[in-house]
Amino acid sequence: MNRRGLIAGAGAAALAAGSARAVEKPRWMSPLLPDGTREEAVLEALPGKQNLIRLTDRPPNYETPIDVFRTSITPNEDFFVRYHLAGVPTMTELGDWSLKVGGEAGERQLTLGLDDLHKNFEQVEVVAVCQCSGNRRGLSSPHVAGVQWAYGAMGSATWSGPRLKDVLAKVGVKAGAVEVWLDGADGPVLPTTPDFHKSLPMDKAMADETIIATAMNGQQLPHLNGYPARIVVPGWTATYWMKHIVSIQLSTRPLDSFWMQKAYRVPAGMFPVDHPFPTQDNQTSWPITDIVVNSVIAGPVEGTRLTTAGFTVQGVAWDRGHGIKLVEVSLDGGKTWQEASLRKDLGRFAFRAFTLPTGRLPAGDYVISSRATNNAGETQVDKLKFNPAGYHNNVPQQVAVTVA
Amino acid sequence: MFHFLLVALLLCATPALAQEDVTLKPGPGLDTVVTSCAICHTLNYIRMNSVFLTPDAWKAEVTKMRDGYGAPIDDDTATTIVKYLAATYAAQPKS
Repeated sequence: MNRRGLIAGAGAAALAAGSARAVEKPRWMSPLLPDGTREEAVLEALPGKQNLIRLTDRPPNYETPIDVFRTSITPNEDFFVRYHLAGVPTMTELGDWSLKVGGEAGERQLTLGLDDLHKNFEQVEVVAVCQCSGNRRGLSSPHVAGVQWAYGAMGSATWSGPRLKDVLAKVGVKAGAVEVWLDGADGPVLPTTPDFHKSLPMDKAMADETIIATAMNGQQLPHLNGYPARIVVPGWTATYWMKHIVSIQLSTRPLDSFWMQKAYRVPAGMFPVDHPFPTQDNQTSWPITDIVVNSVIAGPVEGTRLTTAGFTVQGVAWDRGHGIKLVEVSLDGGKTWQEASLRKDLGRFAFRAFTLPTGRLPAGDYVISSRATNNAGETQVDKLKFNPAGYHNNVPQQVAVTVA
Repeated sequence: MFHFLLVALLLCATPALAQEDVTLKPGPGLDTVVTSCAICHTLNYIRMNSVFLTPDAWKAEVTKMRDGYGAPIDDDTATTIVKYLAATYAAQPKS
């Protein structure tokens, strides 16, 4: 099915309705979203991007339409955009970009340019899911405040660049280092607003898969996905994947930042974690880290009318790096399940595409769900684990379609 | 000084606001909401987060903007904003 063709149709309908601007509505939006979000969201193409679903434009928060998630790699032009603060650096401002690496727990301070990152370090590739912590927040029940994402604040890409640990080794890591502090070139409008600063524990910073990406799917990073370099932390939610990275500092202390200690927290022990972050834990909450096992159905899209010839359920599954063992699909709202075919494995941090051809079907109403299980034996949950920020929602979708 | 800064920022922000086409519902305090909130972010954030926050939840959001995000809003201004949001974009608390 051709997404762009369908979108053009929706846009024409919006124009016909007499809108002052050429406002195109998304072809589909989840009925679980708040009414205000459904009214507010429109399609818009940012420079270098295809139409994404605009939730806010200042700061820019745009999600990928659900029908993109049929493949293990998400194209750059379809990849979601998320900023906390409206001070987004322009490409001109990023023209004299450099990266400072050092800190009190580093042996020395280095200033690196893009050429240094390309030429002076081994270049590695990792296919990994970049998923906003708040993906699916808008589906939380009850609703919670924040950007009301549906399914599309995520994507899977081939990221390439040097390992973070190789860059840190060039600086020299002192024995007392406990965290690596990250800062990007984006910033707040007002000086009173805390700049977006994050940190990583040493073991995740030194993991083989954690890199400073200068390329995404074989091209330079798109402007709004972190040009010219961003941190890639496979297995962890995107809050740590600092865009436009300008500073990497080794520290002997936990980072005391609004963005670590007040935001991006989950109730202690609520979700499975492979890589604990003890320097940022407190008695009641932990920083969000590892992604939960999950899957999404990209097609058919809810509300579609299909024929008795049947159709193919298509989507992707992913987790925090154990890899996907099994995806099951239900056509009856979760009463019975069939095993889907898994497509090519692009690595344990990547989307794993799945398909299930239904064969001929009797006419009637169907509710399609998908349910992934990872190699650690974890399966998507039946009931939402509610938490105040609306994180880690991996309840199977319910996609209602009609066969006639 | 700070007032001057805010006015200057608002003037800078005006073209962006005009492009946004964001119109909030009329009501007492609307001007204060626009002046205070739109400095840092589109007013879409209010409409997107509707209608489900209770008046108390909106109050908590305004508090978060002041204490967490450093919005330079005094107590009177915060009260005006909360009253506007409670009257126009709030879900009524379940009794």
